[in-house]
Amino acid sequence: MAALVATPRRAGSPRGIRDGEAVTGWIFTLPVLLILGVFMLVPVLMALWVSFSDWSGRGSPLSSDVGFVGLDNYAAVTTDGGLAERDFGVALRNNAWYVLLVVPLQTALSLFLAVLVNRAVLRGRGVFRTAFYFPSVTSSVAITVLWLFLFSTSGVVNAVLARLGITGPNWFNDPSGVLHNLLGALGVQSGPDALTQHGLLGVTWWDWLAGPSVAMSAFVIMAVFTTSGTFMLLFIAGLQNLGPDVDEAAMMDGANGWQRFWRITLPQLRPTLFTVLTLGLIGTWQVFDQIYTGTQGGPGKTTLTPAYLSYQSAFLSQEWGRGAAIAFILFVIIVLMTILQRWILRERR
Amino acid sequence: MTRHISRRLAGTGALLVAGALTLTACGGSGFEEPADAAGETTELTSSDDALTVLIASSGDAETDAVTDAVADWSADSGVTADVQVAGDLPQQLSQGFAASTPPDLFYLSPDAISGYAENGSLQPYGDLLANKDDFYPSLVENFTVDDTFYCAPKDFSTLALVINTQLWEDAGLTDADTPTTWEELATVAETLTTDDRAGLALSAEYQRLGVFMAEAGGGLVVDGEPVADSEGSVEGLEYAQTHLEDGTFAYAADLGAGWAGEAFGKELAAMAVEGNWITGALTNDFPDLEYTVAELPAGPAGPGTLQFTNCWGMAADSPNQQAALDLVEHLTSAEQQLAFSEAFGPMPSIQSAAPDWTSANPDLVAFLDGAEYAQFPPTLAGATDVVTDFNSQLESLETGDPQEILGTVQSNLEAIAE
Repeated sequence: MAALVATPRRAGSPRGIRDGEAVTGWIFTLPVLLILGVFMLVPVLMALWVSFSDWSGRGSPLSSDVGFVGLDNYAAVTTDGGLAERDFGVALRNNAWYVLLVVPLQTALSLFLAVLVNRAVLRGRGVFRTAFYFPSVTSSVAITVLWLFLFSTSGVVNAVLARLGITGPNWFNDPSGVLHNLLGALGVQSGPDALTQHGLLGVTWWDWLAGPSVAMSAFVIMAVFTTSGTFMLLFIAGLQNLGPDVDEAAMMDGANGWQRFWRITLPQLRPTLFTVLTLGLIGTWQVFDQIYTGTQGGPGKTTLTPAYLSYQSAFLSQEWGRGAAIAFILFVIIVLMTILQRWILRERR
Repeated sequence: MTRHISRRLAGTGALLVAGALTLTACGGSGFEEPADAAGETTELTSSDDALTVLIASSGDAETDAVTDAVADWSADSGVTADVQVAGDLPQQLSQGFAASTPPDLFYLSPDAISGYAENGSLQPYGDLLANKDDFYPSLVENFTVDDTFYCAPKDFSTLALVINTQLWEDAGLTDADTPTTWEELATVAETLTTDDRAGLALSAEYQRLGVFMAEAGGGLVVDGEPVADSEGSVEGLEYAQTHLEDGTFAYAADLGAGWAGEAFGKELAAMAVEGNWITGALTNDFPDLEYTVAELPAGPAGPGTLQFTNCWGMAADSPNQQAALDLVEHLTSAEQQLAFSEAFGPMPSIQSAAPDWTSANPDLVAFLDGAEYAQFPPTLAGATDVVTDFNSQLESLETGDPQEILGTVQSNLEAIAE
C-alpha cells in the first residue's frame, strides 16, 4: 500500500528515501532463502530426479553414470503387476482407512474439547487445557512404546475389557480387517466374485474393503489421542477470535445453545476448520514414526504405509528410484486431497 | 501492487533456481567417482588412513568385545581404527555409500549383500583371505554372489529345539524321549500341551517355519533355484499347520509373547525353536530356568535347520583395504572368535575353532551340529521383500492354504531370480 500512496508525490522520480528498501529486504530474507534452498528445495529437486533415474545408492545421484529411466520407477509401483505394485496397493489401502478414520475423529474430538475448555464457567480451565495438550508434546516414539504395552495381548486395555466380560483381540498381532470381521460376525466369510476377482494395484476390491486391521485401529486410536490436543489449541484460538455480538444477537432471536453452535459458531470457524483438516490430512497421509518404531508394517503388512514403504524400498531394498517415486505419488495424493477439501469447504453464496 | 509482487516472486524464483543449479553442479563434479566394475577388482587399495569399523551391537558386551579386539590389532599393526556403533545400520551404511565416505569395515547381513554388490559398493575380498578354506562351506556359499566370495563370515547361529527340563520331567518324559522324527516331535508336543501352555512355541515367520520346509526336502531357494512351491516345502508347511491347528504348536504372538524365547522363558510353552541368541536372553531374564538344547528332529527328507550369519563387509570406496583385510583376518581368527563367542554368544565361523568351542559349551553342541546341513534364507536382490510378504501370509497360516501361499512366494521369487 505504501507504494500506491507514494506514487503521486514522486511521479517520475526513481530516487527517494525508500530506494534502498528492496535491497535491504532481500538481504534480510537471504539467510532464510539460502537455508530453505539448500535444505529443502535442492533435496526435493534431487529426489525428483532420483525418482526418474536408475540411481543405485552409491555415489552422487547426479554423476554421469546415473541414467534417466523415464517413468519406470512409477510404473513399477502402479502397473507392473509384481510384488512392488501389490505392496504399494496394500500401503495405500491401509493409509486410506487410517486417514478416513483419524481425520474426522480427531477434528470432532478437538473441536469438542475446545468448546468445553473455552467456556468461561468451567473451573480450572488451565489444568484441563494442559492435560488435553500433554500427549501432543510427548514424543511420538515414547507414546508408541507406551501403546505397545497398553495394547499387548495381556496388557492394560485387554485387562479392562476382560473386566467387562469382553475377550480383547491380540491388538498389534491381529492382521484381520475390522470390516471383514464385522461381516464375518454376520456370517459373510468371503466376498462375491465381483469383488474378489477384480481389483486395483494388485489388491482385490474385497481386500480394499477389509477396513483397517485391528493393529491399525490401535494406531488410529493413538493418533486421535495424540493430535487432538494440538488441534484443540487451534480451535480455542479460533473461538476466542469470535466476537460475542453475533452469538448474543442469536440468543435474542431465541436460538438455543445447540442451534447457536451449528448455525453461528461453526460457520465462523470455517478458516480454522480448513487449517485443522489440511494439517490433519497431511499428517495422516505421512504417518511414519509410529510404524517405524512400532510394527515395521506388520502384522500381515496391514500397518504398511506409503511413507514407510518408501523408506523400506530405498534404505532396505536399495531401490532408491522406487522409494522416491512412492514419495512423489504420496505428495500428489496429499495435494489433490487438499484441493478437494478446499473446494468442499469453499464459501457458498 | 500485484505487478510488484509478481516481479518479486519471479526474482525469488530465479534466485532459488540459480542457487539450486549452482549447488547441484557442485554436487555433480565434487562427488563424482570413476566407475569401477562391480565384483571384478581384486587390487586392494593401501594407504596410511585410519580405519572406521561400523557395527550394530546387541549390547555393551558385544561393543566392548569388538572394541577391545580392534584396539589389540591397532596396537600390533600401528594403524588407527575406530569402532562405531550404529543405531540403524542399513540407513547409516546407505548414507555412507551415497556420500562416498562409507566405513571401511561393517557388519553386513546376507539379505543386504546383493543390493550393495549390484551397485558396486562392496569390495569382494573373500578369495584373498589367508584363512579362506577354514570357513564352513555353507557360510561361504551364504556370502557368494555370482560366484564371487564377497566377505568373511564373522560368526553364525543355527536353530535348534530348546526344551524346558522341569516341564519335560513333570510330564514324565526322559532323555530317551528327545524327539528325532516329526512323529516323535508331535507326540511329545502333545504330551507337554496343557490348557495354559503350548507344547512348542514358534515365531510366525519363514525364519523359523522354514526348518520344516528344509526337513521335508524343500526350501525357498536351493542352489540358486526357487523351490518354494516344491512338494517338500508344501509338506513342511502342512506339518506346521496341522499342529498349529491342534494347538500343540503355537505362535509366540498368540501366546502373548514378543518372541518364542520370551514364551519359553515365561513357561507359556515347554519347547521352542530358536537360535543361539536364546541362551543369552534366558540367562538375563530367566536365570533360574533349566533347559536343554537338542538338534531339530529330522523330517521325511532328513535333518534340516536354518543358519543366520553376518559378514565383515568391506567398502569399495575404502582408501585402506589392505589394512582392513588384515583386520578381518585378525577378527576371524580362532582365538578372537572364541573370545567373541564367550562374550556375546554366536558360534565361530571357522571349523578349526569347533573343538575348543565344543569343550567350552558342551550343552550347546546341537547348535554347532546343525552347521552341516543348514539352509539359509534367500540372498537374491529383492528377496527381503519376498520373505516379508511370505511372513505376512504365514501369520494366518492356520486358516490359509500352504499350496496357495507357496505358489505366490514362488512367482515372486521367480520374478527376482531372472
